[in-house]
Amino acid sequence: MKPLSRLHEKLSQGKFAITGECGPPRGSNKDVIDNKITLLNGFVDAVNVTDNQTAIVRMSSIAAAAHVVAAGLEPVMQMVVRDRNRIAIQSDIMGAYSLGIKNILCLSGDHQKFGSQPDAMNVFDIDSVNLIRTVRDMRNTGKDMSGFDLDVAPQMFIGAAANPFADPFDYRVIRLAKKIDAGADFIQTQCIYNMDRFKEWIRRANDEGLTEKVYILGGVTPLRSAGMARYMNKKVAGMDVPDEIIKRMDGVDKQYQADEGIKICLETIETLKELTGVHGVHIMAIEWEAVVEQLVTQAGLK
Amino acid sequence: MITGSQKPINEIIKLVEPYKKVLILGCGTCVKTCFAGGEDEVAVLASALRLSFKQMAKSIDIEELTIERQCENEFIQEASPGIARNEAILSLACGAGVQAMAKRFAKEVVLPGVNTTFIGIQESPGIFTEECSGCGNCSLAIFGGVCPVTRCAKKLLNGPCGGSQNGVCEIDPDTPCAWHLIIERLTTLGQLDNLKTYIPPKNWNTSLSGGPRKLIREDHII
Repeated sequence: MKPLSRLHEKLSQGKFAITGECGPPRGSNKDVIDNKITLLNGFVDAVNVTDNQTAIVRMSSIAAAAHVVAAGLEPVMQMVVRDRNRIAIQSDIMGAYSLGIKNILCLSGDHQKFGSQPDAMNVFDIDSVNLIRTVRDMRNTGKDMSGFDLDVAPQMFIGAAANPFADPFDYRVIRLAKKIDAGADFIQTQCIYNMDRFKEWIRRANDEGLTEKVYILGGVTPLRSAGMARYMNKKVAGMDVPDEIIKRMDGVDKQYQADEGIKICLETIETLKELTGVHGVHIMAIEWEAVVEQLVTQAGLK
Repeated sequence: MITGSQKPINEIIKLVEPYKKVLILGCGTCVKTCFAGGEDEVAVLASALRLSFKQMAKSIDIEELTIERQCENEFIQEASPGIARNEAILSLACGAGVQAMAKRFAKEVVLPGVNTTFIGIQESPGIFTEECSGCGNCSLAIFGGVCPVTRCAKKLLNGPCGGSQNGVCEIDPDTPCAWHLIIERLTTLGQLDNLKTYIPPKNWNTSLSGGPRKLIREDHII
């Protein structure tokens, strides 16, 4: 297959890929995106643009991803099935591709209960597996879900999420296989703090031959403080921050905790680089984009 | 059963305030079982309303009656004389019962006294849980008898989301993850392979998305 995007090209060449993250603003200020892109450009291969993450209303991921394209960086447009039915999903995918958006990450989406407007009705017309399949089928058959021939079919490089730290653990590899069967080309994982569990997950994925069918990018988020480590462990759905990481952060004077977080993150990236079946790293430096340059440089990825 | 819970007394007072004579009409089947609108609840609510109006120095005549089911014409008929004597009916039935009364007594005021909640079961004494959303196309056979359409907060059909931890749903520590239950059940039944089956997008046309539904039994039409 001809590379569908620069991210695809890099991964297909067997190079260790780096993706970053850019959360759209709570408003219409395009400068927020431009500023984040300035910090990330040159250090990542592509940048995820989140879709109303944690169900907090923000600028749409399509519009923000189009701004990323204009700024000269390649976006991975996130799309959740929480807010759109299949009609809107297909329409938005076509529109996004027409704006030069070539990577998509297909997600269920955080429940609106976590967000700023918990009274909202959710959609969940199709699930994330069927979103993956929809993008794949549009790309490979040139038809929409009804079988209608599209004049230009979106040709997107398709991503999906995997959370090795969610339960039931035994099912997580089956779920990965299901997403690959549906058409996932690459996977970005939940933030890795529990390396033992991640290693076990990737070992099983390797054993089943799954890592030869899909590119896996391990997710990392540098911790800024011990408080953040505790917060993520308790409050963020599907997150697993082991006690030893929290203790390690606690053991450092407050003013040096961010440095310790960077150190932990670099150690994680170092391990990921050596792991069979891992093809890259997804750095989610949430509202801390400036740290990405340091991480990428010190990890020897640049 | 259809479950429901009685509206807060202050809301009910506001609903009945404009009327001098009110019939509180209980329903003796579903809402009786979930302690929202049976004979006992009618009696307690009537006393509470009488007391409240007395304290407000307002007069109101309250009559009490409970029929077997407000959703069936056969039983509704029994309420006719009581309805004729009053200005408004405060129905403690589910939404179907309230509407059946409004259809049958086109000129009468019918007020809802209950918030209808869901189709569910009494899981343990006093605890009712939602089990079915009446989607019109039952797939319980492949999910080991646990419905993800109703019990998964994201209606996921191809496995749990990344928010399921320790058997609990991400939305609330008191809500079990439906997919965790499905996997447990399928493990017990030796049908875990069901999970590998790809489930295509659901046809929601048989659900409320297709508009208000009608069930037609030609063989019973007279």
